[in-house]
Amino acid sequence: MSMLVSLIAVFGLVAVSYMMELVGLHTVLGIIIPYTAVLVFLGGFTYRIIDWARSPVPFKIPTTCGQQESLSWIKHNKLESPSTTGQVMARMFLEVFFFRSLFRNTKTDATEGPRLLYTSDKFLWLGGIVFHWTFLVIVLRHFRLFVEPVPGFVHLLESVDGFIQLTLPTFYMTDMVIVLVVTYLFIRRVVIPQVKYISLAADFFPLLLILAIALTGILMRYILKVNIVGVKELVHGLFALSPVIPDNLGSTAYIFYIHLFLVSSLLVYFPFSKLMHMGGVFMSPTRNLPNDSRKHRHINPWNDPNIKPHSYEAYEDDFRKVMKSVGLPLEKDVDGEEEGEK
Amino acid sequence: MYNKKAVLAGVVAFIILMTAPFWLNAGREHKKLELEKPQFEKECVEPIKWMRAGHMQLLDNWRNEAVRESKRDYTSEHFKAGHDNKKFKKSLTLTCLDCHKNKKKFCDKCHTYAGVKPYCWECHVAPEEKI
Repeated sequence: MSMLVSLIAVFGLVAVSYMMELVGLHTVLGIIIPYTAVLVFLGGFTYRIIDWARSPVPFKIPTTCGQQESLSWIKHNKLESPSTTGQVMARMFLEVFFFRSLFRNTKTDATEGPRLLYTSDKFLWLGGIVFHWTFLVIVLRHFRLFVEPVPGFVHLLESVDGFIQLTLPTFYMTDMVIVLVVTYLFIRRVVIPQVKYISLAADFFPLLLILAIALTGILMRYILKVNIVGVKELVHGLFALSPVIPDNLGSTAYIFYIHLFLVSSLLVYFPFSKLMHMGGVFMSPTRNLPNDSRKHRHINPWNDPNIKPHSYEAYEDDFRKVMKSVGLPLEKDVDGEEEGEK
Repeated sequence: MYNKKAVLAGVVAFIILMTAPFWLNAGREHKKLELEKPQFEKECVEPIKWMRAGHMQLLDNWRNEAVRESKRDYTSEHFKAGHDNKKFKKSLTLTCLDCHKNKKKFCDKCHTYAGVKPYCWECHVAPEEKI
């Protein structure tokens, strides 16, 4: 059901943008919607981050899986149980760039017996890391259309990505890889029963949307073919803050507008969805706190400063007579004598 | 807000990074491309609209057919019906460059603009340019 809803939503977006193109709303599709999308993306993203930063972290809760800093002759595992900001940053770097915690992913199987079996499962990590890096390369490659003159790193990326020199326009390996890997990530959610059970529309929709973006891009580049110079005039115009709608995109201009609309949809959807893990990874207390609770006391920020610590002695002082009357044991007796074993 | 300094620094870095294309374009004017048009010929091998997006495919096919199968004659395919389809020699240097005499003022303009590096000139000798 959630799968169907997501699929219909993506097809709906394609249909809406196709119809808008047919009617000739090029200014809306090519200028107003992209600019709005960028504003919503930046504003929404910032809002979510500030919102998270306003939430107190009551406890020091880094997740660790190594020896914490202790006596000098006990070897400290600096990455698994960081105790300084530098070590936290090193761990965060590896997390963000190489998905280190996902590398420990396990899968659970019920075997005969009945017996539960936990085994290492690297495929989600592999799929995830390939997807994210591919996506980054594709976004950076698009800078050839964003910026004039084309920045140097784009040529480097393109020559590596188009290394095979197949087809014209040159075939990019990332184009194929992203379709394969998103398909894998989608099928994984459908085929594994436990994963399917916990998958919602919010999980399927972004995958299908990204797949649709990739497919429309591939269609546009290799099959339907729009005039790339026209595309650059429009896109560069947006980024140079002098938007234009060129009339030389060719007869298949609709595929470009659909692609642009889907990307705008992704930008708008981003801050309100699980895609916010992009910023959220930096905001997770299980990752961004050092494990130094034996060196520094973590004060719960929502503690009321007017409420002072109340010791047991003070408590007994308050209620001594009442406690005595019901026969409760006391540290100090009513007349001040120590109550010992009599 | 907790950890104000670190969070704000992160948000500012994020926004600067995400708006990088705007900064990279800042202060540069948006110019329209002007290509040098052929002096005499008014019609290309195929309709200009088709050529804009399809010329690389055409050249690739020409290369394969001429070099590997030695089929060197080409008849236009993409003109509307009723058009008197012309015949051409499949040759970059003899056909294309015959009209588009200046590579720098024609080919390179769009290719540089769109960040494309065609490998035509790895085998073909680029024409000498007298500017």
